Amino acid sequence: MSLDGKIALVTGATRGIGKAIALSLGEQGATVIGTATSENGATTITDFLKEANIKGRGIVLNVTDADAIDNVVSTIENEFGAPEILVNNAGITRDNLLMRMKDEEWDDIINTNLTPIFKLSKRCLRAMTKARWGRIITITSVVGAMGNAGQTNYAAAKAGVIGFSKSLAREVGARGITVNTVAPGFIDTDMTSSLPEAHKTAMLEHVPVKRLGEPEEIAAAVSYLASVNAGYVTGETLHVNGGMYMS
Amino acid sequence: MSDIEARVKEIVVEQLGVNADEVTADASFIDDLGADSLDTVELVMALEEAFECEIPDEEAEKITTVKEAVSYINAHQS
Repeated sequence: MSLDGKIALVTGATRGIGKAIALSLGEQGATVIGTATSENGATTITDFLKEANIKGRGIVLNVTDADAIDNVVSTIENEFGAPEILVNNAGITRDNLLMRMKDEEWDDIINTNLTPIFKLSKRCLRAMTKARWGRIITITSVVGAMGNAGQTNYAAAKAGVIGFSKSLAREVGARGITVNTVAPGFIDTDMTSSLPEAHKTAMLEHVPVKRLGEPEEIAAAVSYLASVNAGYVTGETLHVNGGMYMS
Repeated sequence: MSDIEARVKEIVVEQLGVNADEVTADASFIDDLGADSLDTVELVMALEEAFECEIPDEEAEKITTVKEAVSYINAHQS
């Protein structure tokens, strides 16, 4: 299969979009290491990978801990080999109107959704430049492109990863490494299930496809960008949103 | 030629994909051997690995030729 022999690191892989990405890359032959914030989460990942006959395992990583990032990547290098596919998926929300937003709510988002992209990419790049092949794919959001009231922090981080990815794409393009983002719209995950029903109905009015997206539909976009066939696509944001926003 | 110099030249040839005879002691990685800024970063990383040392960024910037690389390694190798 197209990703045979490749090692993929997927952050935040316990559930939702991250889980779908881990399974999709694994189905294409990659060895998948999925990160979770807890031991329980890591075990969940190990179990679902095993059940799907995918090589790899779950591993605990708090992406806001720089030392932990270094250690986890070293562990993966020793156990499986250096990751040539990095999927930055881990992310959180701390929604609030700006006038009420606390410093912690801002900082949590930047520290979890933006800064780890820099640290993980930097840590994984050395092996990718040596291999003259690599894929860095970061999950951004439609909110990073169109904005959303109550999510100034989230939108800033998500727009940030797009600018980061475009710049890094320019730096490492000549090394066979592509750097892209995937921007989900309104996807049926735990992150969106907590939204009030009225809010969901109102949002769907703006989605021509008239339904929530499935995590697997995001995973399909990530798998495409990870594939050998996507080597000429870099610095791009692939929007998967049912037509809610057309760039 | 010292062992270190020979090894440095070998690494330069490998990293920059140039002919061994172009890699003189004074040849500039960027001006004479066609390296770009990312090439020089990779070259320093390769030197760090080969000689098991860490070259700080501010020192790495000053290493622009084989001769400078050799003298840095001579001065810092344990």
